[in-house]
Amino acid sequence: MSDIKLARGFAKGSLDKNPLLSQWVDLDTPGTVVLRVGKVEFGQGIATALAQIAADELDVDLARVRPAAINTAASPDEGVTSGSFSIEHSGSAVRLVCATVRELALTEFCRRHQVAAEAVEIRDGTLHCAATDARASYWELALGPRLAQGVSPSAEPKSAARYRIVGRSAPRRDLEDKLFGRPSFIQDLMLENMLHGRVVRVPNRFATLRELDAESFQRRFPEVILVRDGSFLGVLAGREERAIAAAQALAEAASWDLPAALPDSGDLPAFLAGASSQPQEVGRRVDPAPRPGVRQLAARYLRPYIAHASIGPSCALAQWRDDGLEVWSHSQGIYNLRADIEVYLRRDHPGCASVVVHHVEGAGCYGHNPADDVAFDAVLLARFAGGRPVRVLWSRADELSCGPSGSAHLVALEAQLDAQGKVATWSHTVWANGYTCRPGRAAPGNLSFVAAAQIAQPFVAPVSLDPPASAGGGSDRNAIPDYDFPDFEVVTNRLLEMPIRTSAIRTLGGYANVWAIECFMDELAHASGQDPVAFRLAHLADPRARAVIEKAIEIAPWWHDRGGDTEGTGRGLAFARYKNTGAWCAVAVRIVAGVSIRVLDIAIAADVGLVINPDGVANQLEGGAIQSCSWTLKEELRFTRQEITTRSWEDYPILSFSEAPVVTVAVIDRPEQPTLGAGEASQGPTAAAIGNAVFDALGIRIRQLPITPERILATVSSE
Amino acid sequence: MEITINGVVRSCDAPANSVAVYVLRNDLGLAGVRLGCGEGHCGACTVLVDGLPTTTCDLPLEALQGRTVRTPEGVGSRQQPHAVQTAFLQEQAGQCGFCLSGIMMTAVALVEREQAPAESEVRAALDRHLCRCGTQHRIIKAVMRAIDAVHSK
Repeated sequence: MSDIKLARGFAKGSLDKNPLLSQWVDLDTPGTVVLRVGKVEFGQGIATALAQIAADELDVDLARVRPAAINTAASPDEGVTSGSFSIEHSGSAVRLVCATVRELALTEFCRRHQVAAEAVEIRDGTLHCAATDARASYWELALGPRLAQGVSPSAEPKSAARYRIVGRSAPRRDLEDKLFGRPSFIQDLMLENMLHGRVVRVPNRFATLRELDAESFQRRFPEVILVRDGSFLGVLAGREERAIAAAQALAEAASWDLPAALPDSGDLPAFLAGASSQPQEVGRRVDPAPRPGVRQLAARYLRPYIAHASIGPSCALAQWRDDGLEVWSHSQGIYNLRADIEVYLRRDHPGCASVVVHHVEGAGCYGHNPADDVAFDAVLLARFAGGRPVRVLWSRADELSCGPSGSAHLVALEAQLDAQGKVATWSHTVWANGYTCRPGRAAPGNLSFVAAAQIAQPFVAPVSLDPPASAGGGSDRNAIPDYDFPDFEVVTNRLLEMPIRTSAIRTLGGYANVWAIECFMDELAHASGQDPVAFRLAHLADPRARAVIEKAIEIAPWWHDRGGDTEGTGRGLAFARYKNTGAWCAVAVRIVAGVSIRVLDIAIAADVGLVINPDGVANQLEGGAIQSCSWTLKEELRFTRQEITTRSWEDYPILSFSEAPVVTVAVIDRPEQPTLGAGEASQGPTAAAIGNAVFDALGIRIRQLPITPERILATVSSE
Repeated sequence: MEITINGVVRSCDAPANSVAVYVLRNDLGLAGVRLGCGEGHCGACTVLVDGLPTTTCDLPLEALQGRTVRTPEGVGSRQQPHAVQTAFLQEQAGQCGFCLSGIMMTAVALVEREQAPAESEVRAALDRHLCRCGTQHRIIKAVMRAIDAVHSK
């Protein structure tokens, strides 16, 4: 399929909903291209990459492209920013839109100056015909009224060979402000006459408020506005410190009924496999000429619940006015957030005419963190603010214990090897909660905001679903093997109960499935006396898959050179094609196993097709790998039967600077191939590479994350 | 109360037992000091107090009385960036950037030491900070680059 045809396919969702050029591009300010997109920035660098695409298609300098603020009143609705789809979807739309604008300008210029299109050159937004010396810029051509049309079927986006800005590293546009101490985040947004809000939560979402001594609270905090709606408790104060103190006092004045509703954290496999669940076959291949298996292996892998654990506590602002409600949020899906706020308003406040949600950047979120929850808290509290804007910030304890988590995820694998040592049959079964509980997708009467189930007239808290396979799947993401196995079956069991609230976390099920598959591949190789890398290559015909594996080893001088090894050194490699349809990525690691596991080096090779911003891609792959080290070696949400007990960074250590590995990245550029998202490709392979390196170093296979010293000891003593 | 912040004597009438970070951000308009955990664990709110990296989310305001405070706003400007800022931009050492304000202050203290610190010292000093995006490797490279730039002069 041609590149342009592919781009049209990728852009379809975005362009069908937002068909007009004027919804994307605004040329009203001379010398500036205002670019409107619906995909939001959260540190992944998408705003820079999309500006690069626009600048290149329009032939303007990158500095002229100014990303517009994103809100539900004026931005194109591109759904949720997730799943490494932004470059594919939004990038393709921007490409086609800008190619059309360029074509319109060229046609208009040729008509005005009676010159042939072939004789015109466009440089930094100015069209010039050398033969007649006619000259006019996009802005002089007054294209504004003509942007009220759709993408032209004849508009031809540039071929890769003609790119001048795409394919080169461009510095991130938001980084300067952040380094010069400028207000950059939603937490820094201060509206005039604003009140500070805090909520009181208990780390068990089934808890109900038993008793509240509101009188003694109000005696101590007479000027503080107390908001109570069922079991939802909040305060509003003029000073932030006062709101914090009031929330603490209010928590002490409240007593709760805490049902023992959480699973036994000591036996998650029993809980996951025993809970009611919905089985689904997500993939099957039947070998028409079954080969007899001569050796059979089976193993179960467990990833515990993990937290998003953003560095910036979730924050939102809201203001009720006579003419409607305004909300400021770092949600990844402001349109869906608006839709769910409207569900609440239609039921409880039908007089509220309109809702506008503004996106304001927050700290990295890595999926569905409490960004949407705090926005709904702000809506509930702002109703009592007498028209003043309200800013709500979650505490670190609530951020870790009340936000959505990444589901515990159990994988059972079985395989048979034939007489030649190749996989004859393969089976992969998953038990996990669904991987999305984002707003905008629940059944009628359901709302996923944490407060929505606490108010006096509660909404049903939905159980997380899995996105469809066309969107990359959820617990089944990457469960289908990337290898050329002749016979396989893949089944997921999505839990129908959700004692611990789960939702989207970076890669969804991809991390745990790839970790399990790629560790099991090593188990099969070792069991049959084969080299794990050769074993993988023997099952991979795809040249792009083979290329990243070979590249990862090539850029890791320490892979073959064992000269510098100390005791406990181990090496491991793993590979996956993200979502089975996205970026190819292989990761090699070198570790040293001492008191704990220390990852020394990581080499990442990836193929994301045409690269928009090479350094941006490298940064995302590198970040994903280091975050994966942290998930793999350290992270686990802790809880009793009554409550989540992970409430501070002391309870939830993440990888420190002293523990950070040295990372090398090679991106195989394929300018003739469509661009694929890079933000999540390295996460799964890194985990499995570490698991495989631990086995290489110690001869012990760890099948339960995180790989802590305690886990290693427990595994040794159980074997 | 009077505090010297970024070379300017500032007075504020917030209660002396206020936690410093809220006064810096809300009363003195220094939003570059980020609040991350409120418990002194993550380092996002770090400023330099008499040259020493200090978290302000667990610090009473009165501890700053008569001290010299440097915040991210006082490190450098676009026109005259500090060596740390230049190095971070050169290395593109950031993803979401929420942790960078505090990390930059620790980096400034490291770079301005009389003796150039070794990488192991840099890593140990940065252990007072958390980064969740996985930018640790780039940040360490950027700090080493800034140290080189200043100390090789």
